[in-house]
Amino acid sequence: MKSNRIAWGLLAPTLLVLGFAGLLPFFYVVYVGFFNWNVFSRVAGLVYTGADNYRRLVFDADFLASIGRSVRFTFWAVSIEMILGMGLAQSLMRDFKGKGFFRAVYALPLTVAPIAVGATWRLLTMPGMGPLPYYLKQIGFDYNLGRYPAHAFATTVLMDVWHWTPFVTLTFLAGLTALPKEPFEQAMVDGANRWQILRHLTLPMLRPVILTALFLRIMDALRIVDEVFMLTGGGPGMHTHYVGIFVWRVVFPKTDYGYGSAMSVLLLYFTIVLCWLLLTSITQARREAGT
Amino acid sequence: MRWSTARKRLGLALTYVVWIALTLATLFPIYWMFLVSTRSRVELFGNFQLYPSGFFVENFIRPLFRDVYGRYLLNSLIISTGNTLLVAILAILATYALSRYRIPGDQNIFFWTITNRMAPPAAFMLPMFLLYSRILRLGNWQLFDTHIGLILAYCVFNLPFAIWLLKGIVDGIPVDLDEAAMVDGASVIQVIWQVIVPLAAPGIAITALLSWIFAWNEYLFAATLTSVNARTITTGLAEFVTVVGTNWGEMAAMATVCLAPALLFLSLVQRYIVVGLTFGAVRE
Repeated sequence: MKSNRIAWGLLAPTLLVLGFAGLLPFFYVVYVGFFNWNVFSRVAGLVYTGADNYRRLVFDADFLASIGRSVRFTFWAVSIEMILGMGLAQSLMRDFKGKGFFRAVYALPLTVAPIAVGATWRLLTMPGMGPLPYYLKQIGFDYNLGRYPAHAFATTVLMDVWHWTPFVTLTFLAGLTALPKEPFEQAMVDGANRWQILRHLTLPMLRPVILTALFLRIMDALRIVDEVFMLTGGGPGMHTHYVGIFVWRVVFPKTDYGYGSAMSVLLLYFTIVLCWLLLTSITQARREAGT
Repeated sequence: MRWSTARKRLGLALTYVVWIALTLATLFPIYWMFLVSTRSRVELFGNFQLYPSGFFVENFIRPLFRDVYGRYLLNSLIISTGNTLLVAILAILATYALSRYRIPGDQNIFFWTITNRMAPPAAFMLPMFLLYSRILRLGNWQLFDTHIGLILAYCVFNLPFAIWLLKGIVDGIPVDLDEAAMVDGASVIQVIWQVIVPLAAPGIAITALLSWIFAWNEYLFAATLTSVNARTITTGLAEFVTVVGTNWGEMAAMATVCLAPALLFLSLVQRYIVVGLTFGAVRE
């Protein structure tokens, strides 16, 4: 009994801070979501409207479109990162001179502030000033991310790949290093080729690690804001207004707080469901892999 | 036999080609940014030289000393360091409790950690902004635009992260050690301070460093919860692109300043970055 009191005493400051900064906003946003609260409306303060905000949300084409864009972005960025990451992790499994150096330089983007990543890529791709449009023009390709939506989209994907493939690679590498050696030696003896080993041994055994990386990357790509905002400002038009940018740049300035809250709640709900689904599958994969 | 050595050589050559290309691709955007930061406005446009032709220090001097960026930098330092200290102290206490006592519901902590860390910032920003600027205020004092406000806000992602990372480390310290100290009459706080902290010091250092980097890099909370007094360097960087007639040289200079700590600390955290970013789910 006494020891439990000590435990709660030690936990109390943490619970207090997290309760304040984590739980309070959560409950508050759920609460405000049921009200109409617009600073610029005729009626001051909060007006209870039940589920109206949520009803509006389902038919909000702009909001749904921004979710669609986010999903498309996430699909491309994460797929490329996964495939590249697997290939590069495999290549880091063999020994070659200077491997440590390459690895260290390659990990550089991981600690760089997303906002600075966006800034560097903006300088790189800006029409008239960046080297990318200039040199692409030299070889006859008219690259302009301020004009062509497809270029802007591809650039955001490329930037994300630049920023996060090292993470996927190093995670896979850690997973590969931890795998037991015997099954692989046995497969070599049996004359399996590289593709068969990858398909039937490496990938199944690495499943928990792959799912973990996949999970973290999906969650991060879905909530991307800083980098894209710095790079394109969401443009041209609305073409790179991914959901985070949409909520932040479109809903926020309108000071339509009730509606914005409903949107936040919906995003949180999706996050929790996705987290839960992915975590369950990771746990299951771990159990099957017996680790 | 000769065929297979030739193939091996080719494979090695290919590996080098790939990794040299990757190194260049990784460094080039950062190098270019640095180049831009050395050029004055006049030298900037239509200049695609890949080497510096001088150093226009004004790009660094003016924003830092004659504009607000010096203060932004100081704010970033205060907030990241303050947040790291707070997180480190709270996390050590909480981790010890979670590691040594049976607490109902501690199974759910990982889930909570993950959801807190993964929640779209867009979802937390609005309620935080409303609470900070409208609800939680005492007379004229409000949490909005204060250092302490951001320090507390950053606990949302850093504190669960630190607890999760430290738990693995404290779990690894034998209970016999703290029991021995208890028998000698040490209080719980003394045990933590004299037994746990020294043994877990490397882990605490890494956790603190990663927390510091996360706080330093944070942008969205800083952008929504501050306006003048507590603006951070990341927010300042974003201000460059929202104004008309951006001075790109100065932006590049401030971006260089903004990512300097990442470069400095990289060698220290490099080995732990995977553990840190996967919440200890994948260990090297």
